[in-house]
Amino acid sequence: MNIQLNGRSIDLPDNVTTVLELLDSYDIKKKISVVEHNKEIIRRFDYEKAKLADGDKIEIVHFVGGG
Amino acid sequence: MAERYSRQERFAPIGKEGQALLAEKHVLIVGAGALGSANAEMLARAGIGRITIIDRDYIEWSNLARQQLYTEEDAASSRAKAKAAEARLKAINSTINVEGIAEEFDPENAELLLKDVDILIDGTDNFNTRFIINDAACKYKIPWIYGGCVKSDGISLSILPGQTPCLQCLIDQLPQDIETCETAGIIGPAVQVTAAYQTAECLKFLTGHSMSTHLVSFDVWGRQYSSIDVVKLKDPHCASCSDDAQFPYLKKEKGIRTAVLCGRNTVQVRPGRKENVNLERLAQRIEPFAGEARVNEVLLRFHMEEKRFVVFKDGRTLIHGVEDVQEAKKLYHRYVEA
Repeated sequence: MNIQLNGRSIDLPDNVTTVLELLDSYDIKKKISVVEHNKEIIRRFDYEKAKLADGDKIEIVHFVGGG
Repeated sequence: MAERYSRQERFAPIGKEGQALLAEKHVLIVGAGALGSANAEMLARAGIGRITIIDRDYIEWSNLARQQLYTEEDAASSRAKAKAAEARLKAINSTINVEGIAEEFDPENAELLLKDVDILIDGTDNFNTRFIINDAACKYKIPWIYGGCVKSDGISLSILPGQTPCLQCLIDQLPQDIETCETAGIIGPAVQVTAAYQTAECLKFLTGHSMSTHLVSFDVWGRQYSSIDVVKLKDPHCASCSDDAQFPYLKKEKGIRTAVLCGRNTVQVRPGRKENVNLERLAQRIEPFAGEARVNEVLLRFHMEEKRFVVFKDGRTLIHGVEDVQEAKKLYHRYVEA
């Protein structure tokens, strides 16, 4: 499956099928993030239910604390 | 002197009218580290009429790679960041008012500091202080601009209390185990891009333009960029910005308070109430036992039991070389409070 992640074309491995699995594959599952799936913001408790499909557009922003 | 802002006035969205507005505005910058320095320098050069910058820390050699207001001399003399920033900003622009405050931004001084302020810029390096900023800004209806950066990543969001989501709407708990500049590193370009977004939003607001409702983030090394409109995330029951807000982070604690400065092997100890410590007298008292007791305009530093102590005028003390809070309290009672 191919998706647009933060504007880049990404080929996902077969075991990544939800937003939660996507976050996990980038090792940012535990970080506090805002996720947009095809222009709709997904709430944290819905990450597991949010199924990915070919051609989906995903934006992920995670909070950083330094400065 | 009329030439000074000519290029900025030529920029159509600002113009001469916008420039005149900037001269009447007051910006509070909380934190004078990397982001605070970068924002402060741009705002001073842009001709903001009044800038107040508050910071609890002093300058160390590890700051110089990215904290643009400071010099080797500042690091060698452990100068308070707020005082060094004030001097440098005044040298950059002598026509504006600049005040540096060598204190911590906390629930006790927040109200006074936000008086007459048009907008607040986040130059902090931790979420504890950001949530205090967020509550104070929501309570007194002052807009503020969050900025954060670590490694080559940066993030920013403009917050207009009552109208756009606040930090609490987006993050309902204090983030734990977060990467810091000390543990994960940081490069100057990440600071500059983050501060550029913050200052641009600040100039927009002060010249009468709407700020963005997008949360912007980037990786300046990996060349990634993302922007999400978060306006729908405003929580109607938010503890910080709704009509029945409780402002949980403004609750004042009693007694001695401690904070572990993450990644720095340092504990900050604060007395229950602020008091004016006579640093010269304290230096004389500990001199016979301590290594290298030195006093400058706002702080005393000395070595004791292989720890490095930095005592500020209001009694706040940083103890380097310790991570255990109880041990830090003991050391504080033994050498500073006695």
